[in-house]
Amino acid sequence: MIQIRNISKTFRQNNKVFRALDGIDLEIAEGDIVGIIGSSGAGKSTLIRCVNLLEKPDSGQVLIRGKDLTTLDSKSLARERKKIGMIFQHFNLLSSRTVFENVALPLELEHVHKTEVSRKVTALLKLVGLEDKAAAYPANLSGGQKQRVAIARALANDPYLLLCDEATSALDPATTQSILQLLRDINQRLKITILLITHEMEVVKSICNHVAVIDHGRLVAKGTLEQLLSGNSHPVLRQFINTNHMSIPQELYKGVKEKYAEGLFPLVEIELNGNIPFEKLIDTIYYHFQIPYKLVKAEVEYLGKANFGKLLLHLLGTDKSNENAIQYFNQNNIKNTIKGYA
Amino acid sequence: MLDSNISLLAKGLGETVFMSFASCFFGFVLGLPAGVVLFLTRKGQLLEQSFYHRLLSTVVNVFRSIPFIILIVWMIPFTRTLIGTSIGVFAALVPLSIGAAPFIARLVENSLLEVPQGLIETARAMGASPFQVITKLLLPEALPSLINNATITLITLVGYSAMGGAVGAGGLGQVGYQYGYIGYDAFIMNAVLLLLVLLVFAIQFTGDKLSKKFNHR
Repeated sequence: MIQIRNISKTFRQNNKVFRALDGIDLEIAEGDIVGIIGSSGAGKSTLIRCVNLLEKPDSGQVLIRGKDLTTLDSKSLARERKKIGMIFQHFNLLSSRTVFENVALPLELEHVHKTEVSRKVTALLKLVGLEDKAAAYPANLSGGQKQRVAIARALANDPYLLLCDEATSALDPATTQSILQLLRDINQRLKITILLITHEMEVVKSICNHVAVIDHGRLVAKGTLEQLLSGNSHPVLRQFINTNHMSIPQELYKGVKEKYAEGLFPLVEIELNGNIPFEKLIDTIYYHFQIPYKLVKAEVEYLGKANFGKLLLHLLGTDKSNENAIQYFNQNNIKNTIKGYA
Repeated sequence: MLDSNISLLAKGLGETVFMSFASCFFGFVLGLPAGVVLFLTRKGQLLEQSFYHRLLSTVVNVFRSIPFIILIVWMIPFTRTLIGTSIGVFAALVPLSIGAAPFIARLVENSLLEVPQGLIETARAMGASPFQVITKLLLPEALPSLINNATITLITLVGYSAMGGAVGAGGLGQVGYQYGYIGYDAFIMNAVLLLLVLLVFAIQFTGDKLSKKFNHR
């Protein structure tokens, strides 16, 4: 169990005061995968670095398995850190050491016997699928391979907690997924708790059981992903889901008028916030309101049972039925904007 | 005549090589720890101590600003108590090492600054002690750069040792000065120059090779 209690951190630079963390409270259950999402500068990096005290918070407590890390002297803190693995955005492998030697480093620091080191490192490299790269230097590996080495290294001391500081942000989407798959594997096989921070919704969706949203140094929402997305989800979180702006296609745009006129039909942008499934919305428009429509654009995400995203619909019904449909949207809290008439 | 010239030059070369390498070694014995301390006590580093950083930095700057020829003469009493004499190859090692040490300290500090900050942080996250950070991470990661700096130091010391030759240190400097300049022997003078050039080339070549060998970036 990890409890972060009322953590605050302020940075001062050139007489400017910047409050990076402002009274953060967070509890992480043993064996869970928790994601903290936030945009850059929101304080998420500072927060994860406060967990193993790479950054010392100004106030508050970090309780890990009942022990308050903020009160420990540097020796005891180092001992606790050995049981907390950490991986980074830029992998942070030692260029002077081979893959094998990199993974062996935490064990060397513990003065583990050579044969034991060799046995353990071989097993770890097998776990991350890099047995054949043991003698290679990091410079000759791809980004994904480097992060696998970093993961193996982070696991060398059998940690119970793994901190991931933007671990996939420097990787392409396919590699990101394979690293996330590996993390999920590790979580299930080795029962290691994982705390990760990211600015990518994909990451959170892929592996996190619980999510917290950080904005301007405060946790503005926390819970399971479905909890956060259902009902009145926080605007910051929504911003991570509906990131894309729906532009009207060039061809259509030429004919779009701002004002209604006879013979023109409304172009409506609809935002799905999980309160109505995509199919149900479409069915209602077509069967209930009898509106033939053109689906100009759609971007729909399926998160559990909830649908998120944006649609651009050209409603081609009669004026009356179009109006009824829009009224129905408003009554059911379906956010809609008329982008024009064509 | 030629035979005695060659043995003179060979002896001078041997002494120069010995003085340069030995004083480089002792220079590193003093300068490496000083450089590591300079680095670690810097603002934002592992053992941030601005007072000690400034103190050591000042000492380094003072010794670096003394011209080497003055340093040799100024250190004569100290050299005499340490070695028993102020002339000869061994006596020259004292001012050469002391002169090289602050130079090396700065070079080491710079080499360590090239190690990415993220790596130090990673070692801290692993629970490494400051001593382990130095021995397992900082020095191995900076090794190629440290070898380059040792090369620069060695070449500087070849020059310093020749300067020392003018005041009785021995080596190619003394041969060139005594037999070439005072004795007015153009052959000796040019031979000394050629040998020094070849020595410097050899050091640079070997240094580059070694640095490359240890560089896996």
